[in-house]
Amino acid sequence: MATEATERPAPDSPPPAGGVTAPGRAAIRERHLRTDRWWLAPAATAAGLLAFVIYSTWRAFANTDYYAAPYVSPFYSPCLAENCEPMKGGPNFDLLGGWWGLSPAIIILIFPLGFRLTCYYYRKAYYRGFWASPPACAVAEPHKKYSGETRFPLVLQNIHRYFFYAAVLVALILTWDTVLAFRNSDYEWGHMGLGTLVFLANIVLIWAYTLSCHSCRHIVGGRLKHFSKHPVRYKLWGWVGKLNERHMFLAWASLISVAAADFYVYLVASGAFDDPTLF
Amino acid sequence: MTTAATGYIAKFKVWRGDTEGGALEDFEVEVNEGEVVLDIIHRLQATQAPDLAVRWNCKAGKCGSCSAEINGRPRLLCMTRMSVFTREETITVTPLRAFPIVRDLVTNVGFNYQKAREVPSFVPPQDLGPGEYRMMQEDVNRSQEFRKCIECFLCQDTCHVVRDHEDNKEAFAGPRFLMRVAELDMHPLDDAAEQGLDRKATAQEEHGLGYCNITKCCSEVCPEGIKITDNALIPLKERAVDRKYDPLVWLGNKIMRRGQDT
Repeated sequence: MATEATERPAPDSPPPAGGVTAPGRAAIRERHLRTDRWWLAPAATAAGLLAFVIYSTWRAFANTDYYAAPYVSPFYSPCLAENCEPMKGGPNFDLLGGWWGLSPAIIILIFPLGFRLTCYYYRKAYYRGFWASPPACAVAEPHKKYSGETRFPLVLQNIHRYFFYAAVLVALILTWDTVLAFRNSDYEWGHMGLGTLVFLANIVLIWAYTLSCHSCRHIVGGRLKHFSKHPVRYKLWGWVGKLNERHMFLAWASLISVAAADFYVYLVASGAFDDPTLF
Repeated sequence: MTTAATGYIAKFKVWRGDTEGGALEDFEVEVNEGEVVLDIIHRLQATQAPDLAVRWNCKAGKCGSCSAEINGRPRLLCMTRMSVFTREETITVTPLRAFPIVRDLVTNVGFNYQKAREVPSFVPPQDLGPGEYRMMQEDVNRSQEFRKCIECFLCQDTCHVVRDHEDNKEAFAGPRFLMRVAELDMHPLDDAAEQGLDRKATAQEEHGLGYCNITKCCSEVCPEGIKITDNALIPLKERAVDRKYDPLVWLGNKIMRRGQDT
């Protein structure tokens, strides 16, 4: 084995100070040395979320084509203003009266929107995809200062559990909407159309996403110190934990399914498509 | 240079330097079937760069010594197989970039030991003596996952809170030590709360839990596969919410006079 010290390469000029190039650290100029396509995941995430934001904004403000008996768009349910279309047996809850002149979707969408905005998965998704904080692991972020979720407004992420409670109520109402979808367009029970299947798939995914929530996991049992004293809650915690492992998948699947359910109603309500009756 | 039938010559760039500066140095080195990056670093030491500094010990992914960055990703040198790279690609090896450099691939990870000291240790129950501790398996499962940690500090290195912001090092304990707080707070026999130490509140107030924005890089790089974010940091955030941001839990504790952990 050789014992002589080798000739070392001439040092690079010192990198600019700050972050990963802070004084005292290895003097490497590059902000990252990753050679894989690290940008693909945040770019795809940002594109997916942006597509949903554009679609849902259009549909929420459209205030039209959201009801085609027996289907009501999940974006407009429950309908809390007087200016909603009458939906027989459906989610008309005129709490705000006649003064509300905008689309009724805006009132109710605040809750699922808040639930998803403060969701632990979506936080990761948009912090990486939109805010580049960080864009990917070991890829330096462009911001000079970082205070995370210690200050306003991001400290408000801590109210996630309250949006979870609201999301459970919304999911209950969407479940009732799915039950109502077992009618035909004349409101007779015992029928099914293609839309019923779309609604069924949507509500299963909505519930799976809602119940896989990290706050739900904490509430049902995670906050306990002694599982052995609470066997039922331990069991529930285990089940929610199983779902929670798929939280990211369920977040995307339910986001797509809710948009698909709304789009299906739009197609039927606007006359572009007739709901095929199964029986 | 001769190689075995299955061997080949790989191109490497290894960062060489110290506190005065440094640069990536090019090497061409033999690689044989079944080898890991640490084998190649050792071959470089043996054949081309005898003064190349690298910290290592067990070569089995259990001591946590040989942490470095390979093609920009924080990894253990001894657990990164050469077979994951193509024969054509140049493999770049640098020291951990969140900590002060000592020399070549060796960094000063003292920051982590300082943070470890700042986490109050297990508080023994007052009414039990040594040998009298009894715990149910379901009560310790959660903590046992965290005990798999080998303290390689890859999670601390990749966490952007300190990697990209040197000034946050004072306030932020990092994922490894927030996981330690979670482990103790979930420990069925930890008596800290009864003795006036609220680990849930101090996680936020003294160990900088709020800096974590749960982007999960710590979990991505953990060589032990510990789900640091999902099983330690987020549950700890929810526990901190119980203490600091949830008026209903606060009211419930006042009315029911529960205050104590169950």
